[in-house]
Amino acid sequence: MGFSLDGVGFTHANGYRALRGITLSVAPGERVALIGASGAGKTTLLQVLAASLKPGEGRVNLLGADPWGGSPRALRALRARIGLVHQAAPIPPRQRVVTAVLAGRLGQWPLWKSLVSLVVPADPEGARRELARLDLAERLFERCDRLSGGQLQRVALARVLYQQPDLLLADEPVSAMDPALSELTVALLNEEALRRGVTLVASLHAVDLALRHFARVVGVKDGAILFDLPAAEVTEALLRELYASEGGLPSAGGIGSDAGPAVGLSPLRCA
Amino acid sequence: MSVPARDPATLPRLGWTLAALLVLWPLLQLAQFKPAALFEANNLTAMGHFVGGFLPPETAPDFLALLARATVETLAMATAGIALAVLLAVPLGLVLTRSLSISRLGPGRGGWPGQLLRIAARGVLAVLRGVPELVWALLFVRIFGLGAAAGVLALGITYGGMLGKVYGEILESSDARPARCLLEAGSGRLAALFYGLLPNAAQELVSYTVYRWECAVRASVVMGFVGAGGLGQLMDQSMKMLNGGEAASILATFLVLVLAADALSEFLRRRLA
Repeated sequence: MGFSLDGVGFTHANGYRALRGITLSVAPGERVALIGASGAGKTTLLQVLAASLKPGEGRVNLLGADPWGGSPRALRALRARIGLVHQAAPIPPRQRVVTAVLAGRLGQWPLWKSLVSLVVPADPEGARRELARLDLAERLFERCDRLSGGQLQRVALARVLYQQPDLLLADEPVSAMDPALSELTVALLNEEALRRGVTLVASLHAVDLALRHFARVVGVKDGAILFDLPAAEVTEALLRELYASEGGLPSAGGIGSDAGPAVGLSPLRCA
Repeated sequence: MSVPARDPATLPRLGWTLAALLVLWPLLQLAQFKPAALFEANNLTAMGHFVGGFLPPETAPDFLALLARATVETLAMATAGIALAVLLAVPLGLVLTRSLSISRLGPGRGGWPGQLLRIAARGVLAVLRGVPELVWALLFVRIFGLGAAAGVLALGITYGGMLGKVYGEILESSDARPARCLLEAGSGRLAALFYGLLPNAAQELVSYTVYRWECAVRASVVMGFVGAGGLGQLMDQSMKMLNGGEAASILATFLVLVLAADALSEFLRRRLA
């Protein structure tokens, strides 16, 4: 039940063509990393996969359904099965951590349960469990404005883990974390996808993280797919071409780099 | 792309500022705005006499008892009116809030019924607040007779219109991303409101509601003139009997009520911060 895109294109209202001719098919339980320079279209592609952006061209099939062909109710039910970890955690600063995590199931809970949960948290144990996996369990009842950027990003991640989606998407989920924590977090995402047998697509700025943790790597450039290869076949030349406009290869930094064939490159830092 | 040497926004900004001044000047002329008249000698003595008539404030026990009763009546009227207004305003304000629209995601199907509903709600709110509360009160006094009931309804309807408009605008102007993110994960509109919008907007919503309650207390003076009860009716009687001292006591009561509303608003804002 993974997903498939066929000739998908998207043009913003201002005429900017963010995606063109994207054809991508991912099997259930497969784990894919998206890499590419800033502005290449990774976020737009993830929004299409999250059924929050309707592409102007092409066909989309998510979890066996056509998101834009059915009723609004079916679309809502489909969205509840897709979890997207946003790049900047969209969590109100005055909200408590427990509420922010439990919000992951709003699509599954009836309204009365969601409202009662604002007064008496419906499932604090469940929220604590997900936070514990991210080493944040002790912040359960704190307000989100007391957390650091990296901690907030982990709360947003805990929310999507708590949602238990069938399609797990992550848009630069470790952009605010240090290298060691990034490593752990990407490993956790993979472990979760593997354990529950769900599809995972994560866009990552750090190429070494992508190559180390994902069997399949998709390179996006100028809104199109430049390559779609097993991690072992991603060559230095391809990466140079992918990041040609950035003048260097970005990496998480500080982590041993001995996994893929392309990671042994010398200065891999983003300029 | 070449960056222009001069800020391209400068000319339009200068133009709009000039246009605003050009519009404002004839308006001041039309409104016969002549502040100098305030300071002419005969006007000053006339004002002095008028203000002097208010002193000293009336403190006779039987009048104070009457005043206390009227104050309680006014508070009850304002509070009931605002409660009614909130009941009207919440659903209408929510309809106006585009950031809670599910069909705008994507955008998906079924956008136009939502658009129509939004236009209709905007129209209803305009009618509710477009007719002054005094006119509503005159209408309801014919139906319910003299007394607070007419005032409550009139306040509820006019203020419902104002609250609904401002609720919608406050919700619209607060950060829409948290709610949008929840809607994208399949949440319903109301759940997204409570989990995504209210945490950021609650403070402003509450402070505006308390401010409107304060306005309702003051508006009850006008309502009193049409026999809707409370401090206004008392004020009406005192003014008709040219009893400045009583009017001064009533005005002092208003001042205390406004200060109390201010303190309440401050307290609630701090609680919600």
